[in-house]
Amino acid sequence: MSENTPLLPVHVISGFLGAGKTTLLKSVLASEAFGDSAVLINEFGDVGLDDRLIGDIAEDAVLLSSGCVCCTIRGELSEALRRLLTRRQDGDIPPFKRIILETTGLADPGPIASTITADPVLRHHLRPGTNLTLVDAVNAVDSRAAHPVWEAQVAVADKLVISKTDLVEHHALTQLESLLDALNPAAQRMGREALDQPSDSLFASGPHLQRFTPGQVKDWLGPWRNPVRHDPDHLGNIRSFRLGLEGDVDWTCLGIWLSMLLNRHGSDILRVKGVLHVHGDNRPVVLHGVQHTIHPPEHVETWPAHDRHSELIFITRDIDAERVTQSLTTFMERISDHPSPRIQHA
Amino acid sequence: MCGLCGAFGGESHWSTTIEDPEQAHFARRRARAYRVTLINRVLAPSRITIEDFQAASFVLANATGKRDIVQDLGGVWQQAEQMCGRQLDPLDADFLASLA
Repeated sequence: MSENTPLLPVHVISGFLGAGKTTLLKSVLASEAFGDSAVLINEFGDVGLDDRLIGDIAEDAVLLSSGCVCCTIRGELSEALRRLLTRRQDGDIPPFKRIILETTGLADPGPIASTITADPVLRHHLRPGTNLTLVDAVNAVDSRAAHPVWEAQVAVADKLVISKTDLVEHHALTQLESLLDALNPAAQRMGREALDQPSDSLFASGPHLQRFTPGQVKDWLGPWRNPVRHDPDHLGNIRSFRLGLEGDVDWTCLGIWLSMLLNRHGSDILRVKGVLHVHGDNRPVVLHGVQHTIHPPEHVETWPAHDRHSELIFITRDIDAERVTQSLTTFMERISDHPSPRIQHA
Repeated sequence: MCGLCGAFGGESHWSTTIEDPEQAHFARRRARAYRVTLINRVLAPSRITIEDFQAASFVLANATGKRDIVQDLGGVWQQAEQMCGRQLDPLDADFLASLA
């Protein structure tokens, strides 16, 4: 694959046990919009049940068994992805345009991105795509209480879809929506139609935003403009906050600070994303990361010249906004050669 | 590529990907030199220094003369922590206070 060939996205369908991941995957594969997709299924256990369920639609689906993709079989994931690329290159399978990975219900999807970007072969062919997380409206409260990975799955999501909404009362659904907004205010919420009739907008997101308009970028940043208040006591150890930066940002200093922060706290920085106006550049830079992995930042090509407001959004585990703000401010004031932007959190 | 050690030039760390690949050689070197300057300011309280090596990697050195080579920014902090024997935590109040 040449340097100019676009990297193929690896989209992830995540969600706790019974949330409806395989049902969604079957709908996706039955849709014409996704006819050129390769599929990987991560099944925990000796018998790959999901593989049998999906097999009548996608005969070439690859099953990753005997462990969770987030920990024990990361090597197997790399090998499976390499095999797919080799078969594609050899013409054994059609030239797919995307890979869709369904994780186990017990997997933290965060490490998948680093598996791709850290692999010396894969990173030249693939890029992390959209993380789509399904949330089971019936069992969400119990699942969250019993399994911390539920929160991780919600926190890393680019898009959230609530399933089984017809099986719960209206007020319970409203409470769940409020909780999701509080846990991950940066995620785009998709309606039930995403499950029934998935369109190509299902995975249309992710870090490749060069051609996004300012409005689309702000949509991608999530519903921060109308934050939903939620009792902090109910959020457990998950924190989500936004830093606003007035004044241009020293990109070099920010890169040093963020790389240092991720080195020490990467597993607790569940998500970071934002739009930054950097010194010496009229185009803002879009930043997007999951845990230890930052996707290659990109410039947004069209942006109003008068808008130089930057913002960074964090979803963390037990790291609060004051500490992050203080740290970044100190770096900008004491390390950078440029004037520090005024940094406030909300 | 460095003919002596076989090291390829250029970084693949995310923090360098917004640099224009078409920009002049001297501009890339200047950006890299600025990065080294700032990292040295962060590491100074730990008595560790960093130098650019052939625009392909970095060399860390501590006060006892121990030297290690790292490829990019991602490796700097892990190696620096090993050299000084403690965590370098940007959220730690004492660490922040130590920055000049």
